[in-house]
Amino acid sequence: MSDEIRHEWPLFEVFVRAKRGLNHVHVGSLRAADHEMALHHARDLYTRRNEGVSIWVVRSDDVVSSGPADKDAFFAPSGDKAYRHPTYYAIPDSVPHI
Amino acid sequence: MSFDDAYDALTDHDDDTRWAYGTGFADPLAGVATEVPDGVDRTDLMTYCLMLGDDALVMSHRLQQWVTRAPELEDELALANIGLDLLGQARLLLTRAAEVEAAGRDEDTLAYLRGPAEFRNVRLAERADDDFAHLVARLFVFATWRLALLDRLAASRDPVLAAVGAKGVKEVTYHRDYAAGWVVRLGDGTALSHDRMRAALDAVAPLTDELFQPHEIELRLAAAGVAVDPSTLRPEFDDILTQVREAASLPAPTHQPASTSGSGRDGHHGAELGEILVEMQELARATPGGVW
Repeated sequence: MSDEIRHEWPLFEVFVRAKRGLNHVHVGSLRAADHEMALHHARDLYTRRNEGVSIWVVRSDDVVSSGPADKDAFFAPSGDKAYRHPTYYAIPDSVPHI
Repeated sequence: MSFDDAYDALTDHDDDTRWAYGTGFADPLAGVATEVPDGVDRTDLMTYCLMLGDDALVMSHRLQQWVTRAPELEDELALANIGLDLLGQARLLLTRAAEVEAAGRDEDTLAYLRGPAEFRNVRLAERADDDFAHLVARLFVFATWRLALLDRLAASRDPVLAAVGAKGVKEVTYHRDYAAGWVVRLGDGTALSHDRMRAALDAVAPLTDELFQPHEIELRLAAAGVAVDPSTLRPEFDDILTQVREAASLPAPTHQPASTSGSGRDGHHGAELGEILVEMQELARATPGGVW
């Protein structure tokens, strides 16, 4: 038991796998006292319509994200490099199954 | 296996019943035979379906009353989900009751046009909650008892009751987990939450004995392999209650005998059921046959 009363629960991010073979996808966030409660809340909030077969919850504090200020340095340089796409290259007729 | 799609074998192709991929809902009673088993009295079976159906219907209504009043949005939705699960169980059981009765009534007439004395629910279901701890205590006791009951009902000779039991076990397992989680959080939380959780368990204790007192109809149907004798559920119930109580650092409730006379199973209820029915039945009674 503790005598500390906290008035706001931390935020969690929720990821749901819709079906076997697909990736977990970020579906939203929620508040909970701890990870176990977050998992229960995620089940109650985000899988009510049979959307999922698996859930991940992560403390929002633990997510490190790129900021809007980094946008140019992070993403602009890849904008003009078409040769990074496989479709940039012509496929020889002798290569099957592609 | 096709070489065109390497992921083909990984994905399920037969489950477009989920909403995100379609709207083909499964009827939980699809393919379940509906005839009454040999040697079973139809009035008994009808009344038994009402007992279990009314427990779910009245408890569901009490849970719905928490919507917009729960301490957190997330818990509000959890309570609404649990209420909806129970409403679904009530629909199946009242439909079965009307079908066995074969007197032209249906689930709606049974839910909306019966008076308090015709309701067969246990009194625990109708009790108003003073605070969130009271709700948690009541839901925990209700779900622990009902899970033990539905688990055994799944072996009933009545095919509909067996199906209702099998379906309900999955739902009520979650209800019990949810409520037990809160009993432990509050009991093992702050001094304030501990005291209020303890007071809530004390308040619910007098309503517990009724859950395990077999009605003569239950005993007759249990002997016929159709119903569950609730007195057989007590050891499992007590065991789980003790486990959760100990995890929550809560003492055994100070047990007072029930202050009211007569059983809810016979239609003896407090004023609280009357209040629920006024709210639940008002619209249906004001607009008979109304559809919207």
